[in-house]
Amino acid sequence: MLFWKKKKDDEPEAASQPEVEAARPLEEPAPPRKGLLAKLRERLAQTHASLWDRAAALFRGGLKLDDESLEQLEEILLAADVGMMTTQHLVAGLRERARRFRDKDVPADWAMNTLKELILDELQHETSAPALAENPPTIVLVVGVNGVGKTTAIGKLAARYVREGMTVLLIAGDTFRAAAAEQLAIWAERAGCEIHSAQEGADPASVVYDGLAHARRLGAHMVIIDTAGRLHTKTHLMAELSKIRRVIERDSPGAPHETLLVQDASTGQTGLVQARVFTEATQVTGVVLTKLDGTAKGGVTIAIRRELGLPVKWMGVGEKLDDLELFDPEAFAAAIFNSP
Amino acid sequence: MFENLTDRLNQALRRVRGQSHLTEKNIQEALREVRLAFLEADVHVGAVKEFIARVRERALGQEVLASLEPGQHAIKVVYEELTRMLGGDALLDPIPAGGLIVTMLCGLQGSGKTTACAKLALKMKNEGRRPLLVAADVYRPAAVEQLKVLGEKVDVPVFSQPQGARPEQIVERAMAFARAEGRDLLILDTAGRLHIDERMMDELVRIRKLASPQRIFLVIDSMVGQDAVRQAEHFNSRLDVSGVILSKLDGDARGGVALSVRHAIGKPIVFASVGEKPADFEAFHPDRMAGRILGMGDVLTLIEKAQAAVDREEALKMQQKLFDQSFTLDDWLSQMQQVKKMGGLSAILKLLPGLGGNLPTDKLPDEREMVRMEAIINSMTKRERSEPHIVQGSRRKRIAAGSGANVSDVDRVIKEFGEMKRMIKAMTAPARERLVKKLRTHDKKALAAMARKGKQQPTSKAMRKMGRMGGLPGFDPRALGQAPESPEAGGADMMEKLREMLKKKN
Ligand SMILES: Nc1nc2c(ncn2[C@@H]2O[C@H](COP(=O)(O)OP(=O)(O)O)[C@@H](O)[C@H]2O)c(=O)[nH]1
Ligand SMILES: [Mg+2]
Repeated sequence: MLFWKKKKDDEPEAASQPEVEAARPLEEPAPPRKGLLAKLRERLAQTHASLWDRAAALFRGGLKLDDESLEQLEEILLAADVGMMTTQHLVAGLRERARRFRDKDVPADWAMNTLKELILDELQHETSAPALAENPPTIVLVVGVNGVGKTTAIGKLAARYVREGMTVLLIAGDTFRAAAAEQLAIWAERAGCEIHSAQEGADPASVVYDGLAHARRLGAHMVIIDTAGRLHTKTHLMAELSKIRRVIERDSPGAPHETLLVQDASTGQTGLVQARVFTEATQVTGVVLTKLDGTAKGGVTIAIRRELGLPVKWMGVGEKLDDLELFDPEAFAAAIFNSP
Repeated sequence: MFENLTDRLNQALRRVRGQSHLTEKNIQEALREVRLAFLEADVHVGAVKEFIARVRERALGQEVLASLEPGQHAIKVVYEELTRMLGGDALLDPIPAGGLIVTMLCGLQGSGKTTACAKLALKMKNEGRRPLLVAADVYRPAAVEQLKVLGEKVDVPVFSQPQGARPEQIVERAMAFARAEGRDLLILDTAGRLHIDERMMDELVRIRKLASPQRIFLVIDSMVGQDAVRQAEHFNSRLDVSGVILSKLDGDARGGVALSVRHAIGKPIVFASVGEKPADFEAFHPDRMAGRILGMGDVLTLIEKAQAAVDREEALKMQQKLFDQSFTLDDWLSQMQQVKKMGGLSAILKLLPGLGGNLPTDKLPDEREMVRMEAIINSMTKRERSEPHIVQGSRRKRIAAGSGANVSDVDRVIKEFGEMKRMIKAMTAPARERLVKKLRTHDKKALAAMARKGKQQPTSKAMRKMGRMGGLPGFDPRALGQAPESPEAGGADMMEKLREMLKKKN
C-alpha cells in the first residue's frame, strides 16, 4: 500500500518562506440563540431517531425477553458506547423488572422507559453543582487527553463566571502544545477576563505557582487552570499533573476546589480507564462532556458514574462562547431514547 | 494498544486448539468470546457481526486444509479476516507521476489533524518530497500559529494568510505559491468540523472542487468508540476520502476504530500516529497489525525501522565487532543513539513477537539514565573507551567530574559494559558462523528467514537485562537472527507456523 512513489530530487531545500503575517482566526457570525437545552435535545434527537426506530421495530407489539431480543437490546446500548459491563447490568435490571409480566410479552414503551429509568438511577437523578470555595478564589483545575476541548471549555466557563460578576483569571498551564497560550488568550479576550501565561516550554508547575500569586494580586474570585492534553498512558505526564496539583494544594489549602476531567462524547471504552487514571493522579471531582452537538452519545459516562462515582457536571454543545450547560441527566437520558 | 484484545482473542482461540475437527458446536463458544472481545474493544457492532459471520463460515466451510490442524486452521482464518477487517483488501488509487500533489486532511475537532499534517510533512520530506504545509483552519483560535510552530519544528515551510481570508482563497493562493516555489506536495490542514455540520462540510466540498486533491485523508482519534463509523460514513459520502489516518494510537486505544473503518467505508487506513514526537508516524500495514493483535509481533516493521535508522556499512562493521569481541564503549554509545533514533527501546521491544503487550515498562531504562551514560562515556578519552579496564583511580574521578556524575555511576557503566560483552559472547558464539555468511546478502527475505531460524535465542530475562543496561547492542536488521522470544508467549513460534501455513496455501 504505497502512499505515492517518490521521485528523488537532489536540489537543496529552498530557504524561501511564504509570507508570515500573523493570521487571526475569523470570528464566526453568531447565529440567533436558541434555548441550549432545546438545541441539545434537537441535535441529539436527530441522530437518536434511528436508534429509537430500531427499538420500536424490535419491540413492535411487545417483545419476548429471550436471549435474542436481549442481545439486540444490548446492541442498541453498545452502539451508544455504554460498554459491555454497564450494558449487561442495565439489561439484567430490565429482565429483573420484567418478571412481573411472567410469560406475557413486554410492552415496548414499558421496556424503553424502564431502561431510561435504570440509566437515570445510575446517574442518580440529580445534577451535581459545581463547587465554589467559601473564601475566594475558587480554584478549578482542568485536565484531559489531547484535543477533547479543555481550552474551549475553560473559555466558556470563564465567560459564564464573568457574566455572574466574578473576576476571573485563567492560567495557561499548557506550555507544551504549540500556540496553546495564544489560544487561551483569545478565549480570555472573548470572555472578558485576565490570563496568566509564560513562554512555551516553561515548567507548568511553576507557571501555575506564579499564576496563583497573580490571582491574589488581582483579587480574583475564580481561577481556572488549563493543562496540556496528555494520554493517560504516559506515566511521566501523569506525574507532572500530580505535581501541579501538589503545588496548588500547598499554595492554597483546600484547593483545587474542583478538578474537571474533560471528555469528548465520542470517546469509547477507554473513557473509563481515562477517568480512573486521571482520578488517581489528580482526584478528579467531575466530568465535562464535550461535543454533544455531534452524533456521539457519551454513553461511557454512565460507566464512569457507576464505577468511580464521578458525575458529569457540564456539557459542551458547540464552539461558541455560550455553548456550555450544566449537565442535565434527564435531558441526557431522554435524548438517548428520544422520548419525552 | 490492543493489549486487551490480544489477550481475549488468544483466550478464545485456545478453546479450539487441539480439537480434532471444527463444528458449529465447538466454535460457538469461541466465537461468543471473540464477539465480546471485539465489543469491549470498541469495534463497531456491525463490523463485529460481519467478522463473526465470515469466520464461522470459513472455519466450517470447504476450504479446510488437510495439512492443518483444525486449531491452526481457525487461527489462520482469524488472522486473514483480521487483516481484511483492518483494510487489507482496500487499496489507494495510484497517483500519476509528476505535477503538484495535493493532500487534504480533514476530521472532527480535536482529532489530531494539525499534528498529523506536520508528521506527514516530515515523513514525505524524508522520502525526498518537497512539501508545503497550508494553514486553512481559520476558525479555531491560534490554529494557524500552531501549524507554524510545528512546521518550523519539522523544517517544512507553512503557507498562511492574514486574517480575513477564506479557506478557499488560502488554498488557491497556496497552490500558486507551491508551483512558483517548486514544491511538489501540498498538505492542507483544514478546520475541525462535525460530520453533521452541513455548512462546514460544504466548505470542504468546495475546496475539494477547486484543488482536486489526489489524496483526502480523514483523521480519526483512535480512542473514539462507536461514533467512528458515523464520522467515516459522513465524511466519505461528501468527499469520497482516499483513506484514514489514525491518531493517538499510542494511548490505550483498543483497536475499535482500526477494526471498523473498512466495514464502514471500504477504505484503507494509511497512516497511524503513534507518539508525541514528529517522527512517531507510521505507514499502516493491515497484515502486520493483525499479527500484532494476535500477539505475533511485528518483525517486518522492526526491520524497516532499523533500516531507516542504521547505516548499512556501519551495521556490518558493528556486527563484525560483536563477533570478534572488539566492541568498545564508543560503539555502545553509537548503538544507544541508534536506538534513540528508532523511537527508544520500548518502541522497539513492542514490535518483538511475544513481548508485545506484556512489557513491564518500568523495567526499561529511562531516557535520563541513557543521557547520563552518554555523558559519562563522552567524558572518557579515546583510549579509555576502547580499553575500559584502565578506568581506575584518578581516571574515574576525572570522568565523574567531567560528566557531573558520581564515581559509583562511572563504575556501574564500566561494570555493565563488561557484563554486556560477556552476554554478547554467550549469545553470538553458536550463531556466528551462520550469521556472518548471511550478512553479506543484504536480503530482507534472508533476514526474515534468519528471524525464524535463529536457534540461539537469549531469554527474555537477558533481554530485559540488556534493556536496563541502556542499549540493544548490535541491534540492527542483521541481528534479528537472534529475535528474542518470550518463552511464555511463544509468539515467534506462532508467527513461524503462520508463515508456514500461508506458504502451503499458495
Ligand atoms: N463541536 C464542538 N467542538 C468543540 C466542543 N468543545 C471543543 N470543541 C473543539 O474541539 C477542538 C479542540 O478543542 P481544544 O479546546 O483546543 O482542546 P484541548 O486540546 O483539550 O484544549 C477545537 O477545535 C474546539 O473548537 C464542543 O462542545 N462541540
Ligand atoms: Mg488546550
